[in-house]
Amino acid sequence: MNIFKIIDEIQKVDGDAVDRLEYATRRSFLTKFSRNLSAAAVPAVMATIVNKAYAQSPAAIDVLNFALTLEYLEDEFYKMGNAASGLIPSMYQTVFRQIGKHEDQHVKFLAGALGAQAVAKPTFDFSAGGAFPNPFSNFDTFVFLSHAFEDTGVRAYKGQAGNLINDPALLEYALQIHSVEARHAAKARAILSEIRGNADIKPWITLNEGSPAQVYAGDDNTVQGGVDINGIAGKSKEAITEAFDEPLTKDEVLAIASLFIV
Amino acid sequence: MKKTTQTPPSSGASKESQMLAMVNRRFFLRSAGIAATTGAFILGACKDHDLDPDMTVDLGSGDIGILNYAYALEQLEAAYYTQVIATPYAGMSAMEMSILTDIRDHEIIHREFFKAALGSSAIPGLEVNFSSVNFNDRASVLGVAKVFEDTGVSAYNGAGKLIADAGYLLLAGKIVSVEARHAAIIRDLLNPNSADFAGDDITDSNGLDLAKSPDMVLPAVAPFITTMISGNNLPK
Repeated sequence: MNIFKIIDEIQKVDGDAVDRLEYATRRSFLTKFSRNLSAAAVPAVMATIVNKAYAQSPAAIDVLNFALTLEYLEDEFYKMGNAASGLIPSMYQTVFRQIGKHEDQHVKFLAGALGAQAVAKPTFDFSAGGAFPNPFSNFDTFVFLSHAFEDTGVRAYKGQAGNLINDPALLEYALQIHSVEARHAAKARAILSEIRGNADIKPWITLNEGSPAQVYAGDDNTVQGGVDINGIAGKSKEAITEAFDEPLTKDEVLAIASLFIV
Repeated sequence: MKKTTQTPPSSGASKESQMLAMVNRRFFLRSAGIAATTGAFILGACKDHDLDPDMTVDLGSGDIGILNYAYALEQLEAAYYTQVIATPYAGMSAMEMSILTDIRDHEIIHREFFKAALGSSAIPGLEVNFSSVNFNDRASVLGVAKVFEDTGVSAYNGAGKLIADAGYLLLAGKIVSVEARHAAIIRDLLNPNSADFAGDDITDSNGLDLAKSPDMVLPAVAPFITTMISGNNLPK
């Protein structure tokens, strides 16, 4: 549990990283777009992509490595959970295999884009030093951690969107991961609600309710676009806070992730 | 870069933000306590966006255009779930009623938020057409809800890079993940505990959700909106 270690890892970025990322991104774009485009359209699209790639900033590499660290955490968590015999009841196995598949894909996608500049995978302790003693033998603990990781992921990606505003291609990829994490979060929360018989746990986040508290801190915000919308349309504060998911800063996210990093 | 050629200079963007903030404050002062206009599909026109002679609503350009684009989609969703709750389908369970009521409220809040934020730049209320939906039939209702939610997610995902102002981008981010939560749970109601909540039909081999441009999204929702909408001046 060393937050400074993660920050160090994320900040290990040299100038060469930008070139490598641009190269990797152009390659992934070729693969992605060539599937969907007629041959005639490819040259014009490629020119746009190359221009976009050169606009990438070193800050974008920071964001990608930050995201990769979170995806490493989620990926290993579901790999261990899905492999743990007797942990996941059969009725939920398809769900957690699907989530695990996506996290594995996200790791490969981000690591592939970063190439040699990708941060190393940290060593994880999902018991958080003993706070969660049986994450892979107690299903309640597993689902509890799953929903917390997914909600953290949603808030983390959201918090980084503004840092990618000058990198439209990367911004779009980040948004495409962000909404998948939100789908995961909704289903993990529904399962937690089901196994705990607690209807107050909804697929969406009500006020700042939830545990661990730091995962949900500030989600009861009602100021949107500079205006407090509490009371809008005659709706409850609960509904209004559910309708907007709030971001977390990188430091807030790393403080949460660091609980699970040795 | 396209982005810089299609957006106003920073001083202009900043002025626009200030204008919006001012409009927001005025709106909220004026409308504090106003009840929801549930069921009212025509939300009131405004003089800056009178209907064209050919009755086409132009969403506008720049960030305002994107916000109006989002406002149009939220109007559609809010109207839809308002009808779903007003005429529940046969056999709607208490849990389903609770989920769908929550979603209705979220969409109304999104709609009213955009209307307020856009102020005099807001497009008029759109007339919707749900004649293809059998509101008494669970599969019909949830099937169309799935289309609307997935479309909303892909629309916000695709619109992100068209937004110039970081504040608006964050707002879109705050809303799209809620739409994704809706999409996941609607899909799970249709096929419980399957992989469909984040199904292979809407995620690619990199685990990425769909992202669609306005010129893909607007034709897809056109059958449900009587009012003609033009996104021709939106950023590309």
